[in-house]
Amino acid sequence: MAKSRLERSDQINGWLFTAPALVLIAVFMVYPIIWSLWMSFQVGKGMNFTFGGLTNIIRLTQDPVFLVALWNTVVFFIFQVPIMLTLALLLAAALNDPHLRFRGVFRTAIFLPCVTSLVAYSALFKAMFSDAGVVNNALMMVHLIDKPILWIRDPFWAKVLVIAAITWRWTGYNMIFYLAAMQNIDRSIYEVARIDGVPAWARFTQITVPMLKPVILFTSVTSTIGTLQLFDEVYNITEGGPANATMTLSLYIYNLTFKFMPSFGYASTVSYVIVVGVAILSFVQFFIARDRRAA
Amino acid sequence: MIGRTLGRGLLYVLLSVVAFLSVFPFYWMIVGATNTSADVVRGKASFGNNLVANIEYFFNLFDVPRVLLNTAGLSIVGTILTLAVSSLAGYGFEMFRSRFRDRLFGLLLTMLSIPFSALMIPLFIMLSRAGLMNSFAGILLPFIASIFIVFYFRQATKAFPGELRDAAKIDGLKEWQIFVHIYLPVMRSTYAAAIIIIFMANWNNYLWPLIVLQSNENKVITLIISSMRSGYNPNFGAVMIAVVLATLPTLFIFFALQRRFVEGLLGSVK
Repeated sequence: MAKSRLERSDQINGWLFTAPALVLIAVFMVYPIIWSLWMSFQVGKGMNFTFGGLTNIIRLTQDPVFLVALWNTVVFFIFQVPIMLTLALLLAAALNDPHLRFRGVFRTAIFLPCVTSLVAYSALFKAMFSDAGVVNNALMMVHLIDKPILWIRDPFWAKVLVIAAITWRWTGYNMIFYLAAMQNIDRSIYEVARIDGVPAWARFTQITVPMLKPVILFTSVTSTIGTLQLFDEVYNITEGGPANATMTLSLYIYNLTFKFMPSFGYASTVSYVIVVGVAILSFVQFFIARDRRAA
Repeated sequence: MIGRTLGRGLLYVLLSVVAFLSVFPFYWMIVGATNTSADVVRGKASFGNNLVANIEYFFNLFDVPRVLLNTAGLSIVGTILTLAVSSLAGYGFEMFRSRFRDRLFGLLLTMLSIPFSALMIPLFIMLSRAGLMNSFAGILLPFIASIFIVFYFRQATKAFPGELRDAAKIDGLKEWQIFVHIYLPVMRSTYAAAIIIIFMANWNNYLWPLIVLQSNENKVITLIISSMRSGYNPNFGAVMIAVVLATLPTLFIFFALQRRFVEGLLGSVK
């Protein structure tokens, strides 16, 4: 009797404590995501919706701007995420060495870019990478290039610039996760491996990387979500240009909704491409990272 | 032995290069704030004497105190609301477990990967209909309940000693009293870390304010920077002043609370 009363009060409290969050999530997340799925099958300008069936999906396959945006997003994902995560992992491995001097200084310096807002650092990078800007000056001074690179105006270099910018902002962030996870690895494993004559590189690939698998999975999923939604940087550094060379899916959705005569239906279809993309890539990453011994 | 020393030396060189590249833009934004727009674009890397002129230009272009007040106010109110709603939920999910709520929580976790781009169109229509465009409420509402922060608090609550709650119950405290008088003070480092994450997210929020704040008097700092750099002939010296102003608060928080800052980031994966 007393037990069931306790259980009932636990039930009531459980709902009371979680209700505000659950209601807000239902209204501002669940409802919109379902609505946007409905909208993705509607055609018409502004708020005049008519059911269009697969019209929007067919339009996707024939829309050159969408295809370019999709391609660019894929390029950013394929190059940026692996470069950044590998760099973060190597830096973490180097900084995890307790005999390394100034490791606190290095760690703080490499982490520092994470405190900047995306818009602020984008404006900063836009100025630094101008035609006659500080980056070109420096590269010419050390004779890496003999004439300025048109970072913002050349389609290829604009992509490189965006990738460099995101890597600058987020490498330290990911490194911190790896460092924390490395501190949980028992040092004696490394000692035994060293005594057995396992070289440093093999210790890294055979011990460190497998032990960090859950964290690597976490960072690659969050980075994937971030890259597929890329907006602030491309909007503020290159405005998607030149000639859509850095147009991304999120920027295209924004343009479809707020720059041109709004076509909410079609913009929702494009946004669902991101939803499906994130879902597929997260699934693939979980699949790759699953415990192979169990398989 | 020589090879080892050489490798060691190379490591220090590489780390120094990476550290330099990480920090240089900070130096350069401060230098840029003291230079004329032409000098910024020309990549001048030494201090100039145009600081006062840049500040004057920037303050004439915008009601800067108002903008900073807007941004700070929004960030503080947003942080308090998110903290309250999400920590209550995290506590509730962990302390009063039921099979149904555990499933619900699992469902919430899968929703973590819903991209904001897929929500912004319906949210825009919803808030327009509710007359919340150009309002601070419109900016804050969609972000108050953060699944990420709920998750963070639930994880942290696992470490909250159950005996404290049992003892408080025997003393006759109600659940909300236990939450306010025992959980809150015991978990203060968790709260501190969460405050940093949420405040940063609010202070740096851009895409949603860009959509919601169409009128000029309600702008926030990220929108100011964005509108300044996009003009026909932007004054990059003044842009750098804005960039420095946008960066200083979060930089200050980072250095003041460095350990908590890192703990906050990591809390989510423990």
